[in-house]
Amino acid sequence: MSRIVGIDLGTTNSLVAYMDHGTPRVIAARHERAMVPSVVALTDNGLIVGDSAKEHLTRTPERTVYSVKRFMGKSLADVQGELAYFPYTLTEKGGVIRIKLGEKSYSPPQISAMILKELKLRAEAFLGESITKAVITVPAYFNDSQRQATKDAGMIAGLEVLRIINEPTAASLAYGLQEKTQGTIAVYDLGGGTFDISILKLKNGIFEVLATNGDTHLGGDDFDQLIADLFLTEIRTQYGLDLSTHPDHMQAVRLEAERAKIRLSDELKTTAGLDLPDGKGRFTRELTRDQLDGLCTALVERTLGPCRLAVKDSGLAPGDIDEVVLVGGSTRMPLVRQRVQALFGKQPHCELNPDEVVALGAAVQADILSGGTTDMLLLDVTPLSLGIETMGGVMSSLIRRNTTIPASAKEMFTTYVDGQTGVDIHILQGERELAKDNRSLARFRLKVPPLPAGVPRIEVTFLIDANGILNVMAKDMRTGETQSIEVKPSYGLSDQEVERMIEDSFKFAADDVSARKLIEARLDAGALITTTEKSLADGGHLVATGNVEAIRTALSALATAKDGTDPRAIRARMADIEQAAKGLTVAMLDDSLKQGLQGKKVSDVT
Amino acid sequence: MNGHIHNTDDRRELQMARSMCWHCQSEMAGEYFCDRCVKVQPVSKDLDYFTCFGLPRRLALNPQTLETKFYELSRAFHPDFYQNKSDEEQTISLGNSAMLNTAYRTLRDPIQRAEYLLDLEAGSVKDIRTTPPADLFEEILELQDTLDEFRASDRASESASTLRTKLHADRATLEQRQRDIEAQLLQLFSRWDALQDRGEATEQARTERGRILKEMRDILSNRTYVKNIVNDLVATIA
Ligand SMILES: Nc1ncnc2c1ncn2[C@@H]1O[C@H](COP(=O)(O)OP(=O)(O)OP(=O)(O)O)[C@@H](O)[C@H]1O
Ligand SMILES: [Mg+2]
Repeated sequence: MSRIVGIDLGTTNSLVAYMDHGTPRVIAARHERAMVPSVVALTDNGLIVGDSAKEHLTRTPERTVYSVKRFMGKSLADVQGELAYFPYTLTEKGGVIRIKLGEKSYSPPQISAMILKELKLRAEAFLGESITKAVITVPAYFNDSQRQATKDAGMIAGLEVLRIINEPTAASLAYGLQEKTQGTIAVYDLGGGTFDISILKLKNGIFEVLATNGDTHLGGDDFDQLIADLFLTEIRTQYGLDLSTHPDHMQAVRLEAERAKIRLSDELKTTAGLDLPDGKGRFTRELTRDQLDGLCTALVERTLGPCRLAVKDSGLAPGDIDEVVLVGGSTRMPLVRQRVQALFGKQPHCELNPDEVVALGAAVQADILSGGTTDMLLLDVTPLSLGIETMGGVMSSLIRRNTTIPASAKEMFTTYVDGQTGVDIHILQGERELAKDNRSLARFRLKVPPLPAGVPRIEVTFLIDANGILNVMAKDMRTGETQSIEVKPSYGLSDQEVERMIEDSFKFAADDVSARKLIEARLDAGALITTTEKSLADGGHLVATGNVEAIRTALSALATAKDGTDPRAIRARMADIEQAAKGLTVAMLDDSLKQGLQGKKVSDVT
Repeated sequence: MNGHIHNTDDRRELQMARSMCWHCQSEMAGEYFCDRCVKVQPVSKDLDYFTCFGLPRRLALNPQTLETKFYELSRAFHPDFYQNKSDEEQTISLGNSAMLNTAYRTLRDPIQRAEYLLDLEAGSVKDIRTTPPADLFEEILELQDTLDEFRASDRASESASTLRTKLHADRATLEQRQRDIEAQLLQLFSRWDALQDRGEATEQARTERGRILKEMRDILSNRTYVKNIVNDLVATIA
């Protein structure tokens, strides 16, 4: 069976990991960190992803998409309240948001697919084989539409998504593998855009989720926004400047707010600074940890309600939890740690890197699926109750929240009118009494043979699979015939749309490849310039001045090529530098060996 | 939406017992896997949850034993372990896992377990009570009045606060009542189990069984009724 990778598709950062002889490891590209910022930018050279795209946030904000995960499985109406914060243009088609990038509009799964493709390429380059299968993580509190959208993203990226698993449970797998923990654990996951809490029981390799809760719209992004709003108000009063008409500066404010927030996790006070437009100079402001805590307290408090509910749904009390595990970048905030510790009365664990632990867990799950790891098994639950709309607009629950998946429920349907040939079924997800207060998942029409009222008996099976995704089947109990059901998702892409997007993604692949070559060449060039300059500084005195001059000339030629758009030219200038610096490299090696090996030449030792 | 009726159970619908492996057609002797080709077999619809867990049909049950068996069967059926198998096997694994999870959830909870057993033994669909149990009749009518009065009152007023105090007291009474009912149930459980253990086939034993089941059904529906009232009360004063 070909290799399966594990992917953490995050709101702010994404990672890919694989299992290396029983140990999960994240994959980093050359000269880069393993984390790929979940940012996609449209440049003159095509679409780019990750660190290089992040650079474009302040340069071409209207063509640079970030936090796309917030839009997965959502309609425009769902995000109306925050539209003003996003510099790019959002529209809607068929209940699905579209994001405008240049001439084209993309659905959130398509944008996510670009991030997934980047991770796929990284994994392929690193492992030296083609990667077509993946386990992708989602927030535990994601509903059916959001999960389906994630699966669609995988397909558009050319990945067969063998499993969607929940982020906190993935983290528990990584922890469990390392610590061989037994007992009850709470995983508190606060990332860039989402919050999850999961309560698990670990026993003899079984990871049984008892309950889960969360908020799919609460994370570090929201803290950043509060700080940014504070800065924006002050800039308005102090300088009479309304930055909302300057999308590039809005992004700069947001990024500076985030940097200040991150610094305040280690320091008690910090100074934020920003260049203002229209020759208004620079805005600087001191921010203390107390001020930050004051701003963020209400949001952090909002995570505690779901924690208490999850503990209660597990049939436990906070004191019964043996261990608390922190996941997600935002759990580095001291305020978050304090509140979590106070709630559970325990010092939380954070031994594993909170940025990487979810991807590592996804790799463990991938290994379970490929038959490598056989002693561990994850039994997860569905986060939200599933039901159908009944008369009077009331939701009748079929599968309760926190039911272990796979889970199924059967319901018998009949007719009320003679000769009626169909029954309309509306599927919902949520905890509220009335249908309209819950999330509409899908509608379909059950075909019924024309018979006297009450005679037809159609049994419908609602099955939530191990991915937490709903499947519907119908069977005529009189004839025993099964009926295939065309389910129209309320907030999702149809199968045909996904098909077309897969085709499109192949068409664009050609452009993407050349853009990618350029980006890689530029990154490699940047790294070579840095190391060569360092060598010159450290060992320039070891070679002839003429040689130093030659290296400098080659360096500036490379710098020029790097600003251009021809990857081949960049590679050629890089080769020139390697040639020119050969003498320097050998001289430096000899010199360092001299210190240790008393005068032996490189040629003698090799 | 129209045309939606409640699921009448098809568990008792007579079905041919499974006797052949779906894959190699050999006689099935093993429990869930074919002895010859080792393929997983779909769990028969006739199999009751107690049998599925290898447990006798009793109401007292060791949660530890149940959990151990649940984990063991999860390891046998879970889709994670069927990723490399044929489509048929994946479908069976999915169906079996879903069934297993339902069975575990039902048996784990004493009330659901009793309702399920009642269903198996007496074929009763859950009896939904619409009038208060006789011994609580007066109390509950009065409580409904107080609740209505409270709902209509201005929450900040003096009278609302008096009503609230009264409702809190009522809640305590009803919760005590719920605990009494549960204690009664437990007694009934052990009477049932003891009778089953003796395994007598006499007319007298049969009558006794019928009596216990009837009593159990009454107590269970009283409990549901009281529980719903308590939930309503809690939601109102929250
Ligand atoms: N030292 C720090 N202090 C405070 N916040 C931090 C720190 N480091 C990172 N963060 C915040 O953590 C968030 C990113 O965390 P992470 O990478 O876990 O999120 P994600 O996985 O992309 O998002 P999600 O899981 O919500 O989809 C950002 O909002 C970032 O500002
Ligand atoms: Mg995350």
